[in-house]
Amino acid sequence: MNKMNASGWKPGTPVSVDNEGDYPTVTGNKALMLEERLVFELGTRETCGVDLPEPDASAPNRLGKFARRKPIDLPGLSEPETVRHYTRLSRQNYAIDLGLFPLGSCTMKHNPRLNEKVARMPGFADVHPLQPVDTIKGALGVIDELSHWLIELTGMSAVAMSPKAGAHGELCGILCIRAALEARGDMRKVVLVPESAHGTNPATAAFAGYEVEDIPAAPDGRVDLDALKARLGPDVAGVMITNPNTCGLFEKDMKAISDAVHAAGGLVYCDGANFNAIMGRVRPGDLGVDAMHINLHKTFSTPHGGGGPGSGPVVLSEALAPFAPLPFVVKDADGEIRLVEEENVGDEFPGSFGRMTAFHGQMGMFTRALTYILSHGADGLRQASGDAVLNANYLLRSLDDVLDAPFGDAGHCMHEALFSDHGFAEGMSTLDVAKGLIDEGFHPMTMYFPLVVHGAMLVEPTETESKATLDQFVVAMRSLAERAKAGDETLKSAPHHAPRARLDEAHAARKPVLAWNGQDDA
Amino acid sequence: MRYLPLTQPDRQAMLDVIGAASVDDLFADVPNEHYLDGPVEGLPLAAGEMAVEKHMRRLSKQNLAAADAAFFCGAGAYRHHVPATVDHIIQRGEFLTAYTPYQPEIAQGTLQMLFEFQTQVARLYGCAIANASMYDGSTACWEAIVMAARLTKRNRVLMSGGVHPHYVSVAQTMARFTPGHIDYELPVLASEPGDAALIGRIDEETSCVVVQYPDIMGRIPDLQRIADAAHDKGALLIVVNTEPVALGALEAPGNLGADIVVGEGQAIGVGLQFGGPYLGLFAITNPKHVRQMPGRLCGETVDADGKRGFVLTLSTREQHIRREKATSNICTNSGLCALAFSVHMTLLGEKGLTALAAENHRLACVAADRLERVPGVSVLNEAFFNEFTLVLDKEARPIVRALAEKGVLAGVALGRLFPDGEGRENGLLVTVTETVTEEDIETLAIALEEALA
Repeated sequence: MNKMNASGWKPGTPVSVDNEGDYPTVTGNKALMLEERLVFELGTRETCGVDLPEPDASAPNRLGKFARRKPIDLPGLSEPETVRHYTRLSRQNYAIDLGLFPLGSCTMKHNPRLNEKVARMPGFADVHPLQPVDTIKGALGVIDELSHWLIELTGMSAVAMSPKAGAHGELCGILCIRAALEARGDMRKVVLVPESAHGTNPATAAFAGYEVEDIPAAPDGRVDLDALKARLGPDVAGVMITNPNTCGLFEKDMKAISDAVHAAGGLVYCDGANFNAIMGRVRPGDLGVDAMHINLHKTFSTPHGGGGPGSGPVVLSEALAPFAPLPFVVKDADGEIRLVEEENVGDEFPGSFGRMTAFHGQMGMFTRALTYILSHGADGLRQASGDAVLNANYLLRSLDDVLDAPFGDAGHCMHEALFSDHGFAEGMSTLDVAKGLIDEGFHPMTMYFPLVVHGAMLVEPTETESKATLDQFVVAMRSLAERAKAGDETLKSAPHHAPRARLDEAHAARKPVLAWNGQDDA
Repeated sequence: MRYLPLTQPDRQAMLDVIGAASVDDLFADVPNEHYLDGPVEGLPLAAGEMAVEKHMRRLSKQNLAAADAAFFCGAGAYRHHVPATVDHIIQRGEFLTAYTPYQPEIAQGTLQMLFEFQTQVARLYGCAIANASMYDGSTACWEAIVMAARLTKRNRVLMSGGVHPHYVSVAQTMARFTPGHIDYELPVLASEPGDAALIGRIDEETSCVVVQYPDIMGRIPDLQRIADAAHDKGALLIVVNTEPVALGALEAPGNLGADIVVGEGQAIGVGLQFGGPYLGLFAITNPKHVRQMPGRLCGETVDADGKRGFVLTLSTREQHIRREKATSNICTNSGLCALAFSVHMTLLGEKGLTALAAENHRLACVAADRLERVPGVSVLNEAFFNEFTLVLDKEARPIVRALAEKGVLAGVALGRLFPDGEGRENGLLVTVTETVTEEDIETLAIALEEALA
């Protein structure tokens, strides 16, 4: 502990001098930029931030021979120390609440606070998943009402609500496809996935026991329909297509793709990560899609929380609806909402492929998403997708004279604008531009994805950004583009103003330190 | 619409820059016959905050909140007091509205928190390494099974009858689509978890033995004994824990021979929320297995100036790099729930967690003693922590329903979890945490007595 001062600096470490000049402090803090040690360096085993009765050693004990003998070695902090620890940490994070967060494919839109308030109503927050059904009618009502919206917005037949995140929803959709094929005795082996797809798509297909093959792309950034048709056959279970795709383009041939896949006996999975672009304007069900997950944490504004929780309901076509996983709710003709689980699935729903999670899915996200949807209404949702696409096209056309837009000539983009590193000076990269954006006060765009574009920069502003914010971003990006083209070396060492300079990721992976071991050996 | 900042003049100015006549024109790539000219029909239009809040409050009132009942439900989801500080911290926008920390220079808050979380989980479980979370306990359990198959190159999975049946159901569902084969027998309504019978079914084909600690009836299996037997046959021991508070009183699974410890972290910091979002915990005792682990990992490193910092690491295991060869397809996990867990754990510390566990156990012992005096009721368990099984002289489900009408949520009937038979339908799983008062226990005892009379 004495080797490490409060800042995390190691004595003797050379101090870098940034272009503003450096005025070292003895604490390592710089006014509002406050360093914070690990809780393991701050707390003690004797410190506690909650008041509990002292354990009575003479109390009766029914633990048998399994009582703990070794200490856990967990430090505690008092309440004020805890609040300060996490508040200090929080200030080292960028967030939507602070500024533009244009991560392509992630839909970092504003998270309305009414959603948070509603999710905390005791009738939602303080309800057990296994309470008798008569005591949870409101919870089933939320699931039913949200289901109705998702079905109507997508033009599908049913929705499986239990998947816990986007990738879990993908798995649900692919398992529905597999169950449907197996139900007709059709053991197909291959799932086709475009090279531009999210990594979760091939990983999901493999996790579900399929072989994965690439779908070739056409020069315009979309699926090559003829090449896809040529590959379809009796071994192909289905395709996974992202629409709008990860190049920010609408797959114009989606209906023809679906028709061809269906004609060959396969089924169509659509990755709905980019549904925000088309919500209320085109319905995937009308394009022949059989299954599509919806990221409630993208399109429907539930918070990303620094990496979850997400929620990934999957809308299903009539062909796949009978195979949806348990548990689910059904609404009878008389309006009665029922919960269907293993015990009562019986003869009514023989096709269900099973269970994907312990309980009913992300209820805390359902309440938030439904609140968001009701706030917008059908008209507001349509306006939201319109503004999202408008904002992206505005960025595309405000930057395509200084940055290479590989599909810029192909027409309008959807909700994200794609650029490449073409034209940068030797040695300058997309990473340098991203780190430069940090210094300018923005979160970087998605880097190096999709893989089909060299040095890709995928910019998704979302509809909740004002024109003034976009204009400031354009100024920053134009400046960075010029610096990257001119080979400005100071960009190579950016960020200069963040809580940390570039972090050594190779060092982290070489000899991983994944838990605090009480030693200062970084 | 209050969430949309663009004004009509803004839109026009932007369309001018783009060179489009209208927003609809931006959707020119959508075939005409599939483009909707107006809002989807038959759905309500935009509503203000007050109207939406009123609608949602009305729905929430149709649920019986645990706080308004004498409450004894558990079985994988636990009601503990969550200090006000926890909710305050997780609502800070810098945590709530951040993304997965892909840009570490401006995500040290989330990353340091995850590093602390991983360390807390590893210590609680008695393990070397924990990951940055999974969706929930049930999916973490399946991921552990997949990992064990990769490590042992075997496919037979032996699941104890004491594992939560929904976790078993998830594994059975997933196994249908993979080479895995789940060997599972329904639990016997007995005072002990049946370790010897389980051990007798371990063979040379077994990749892993999956045991819950404490189990679905609140019983406590002898992990060390099962671990030794599994290791003798070259199998791994996966221990599932659904109630982390128990580990403030019980020895950590990692100290008793477990190879992989997974569980549900909801009980610490995360509320009931009708079953989600919850928090999957995942840890291993042998650091050499780390490259076969699923999920995100946060590691320590230094920045260009030599300052300590944290990054997501070993991502060559993950889908965004490895695609179809990844260890799992997981992407988004349970970051904010991990934060809630970590804040609560920091408030507790060793002293608080130990005291919390002791208080849970004390009250559970009081409840067991009192309920056993109700005619027609006996306590099944030899040992337990804060959850035990009552055996009634009648089927438990109708009793649970009848008591709910009186504002008593008496627990989870085993008949809700298992098919009827072998007496399980008379089992009632009762959970007693620090949120239960002695008055609540008396209320339950009297209500049970009336219902059984």
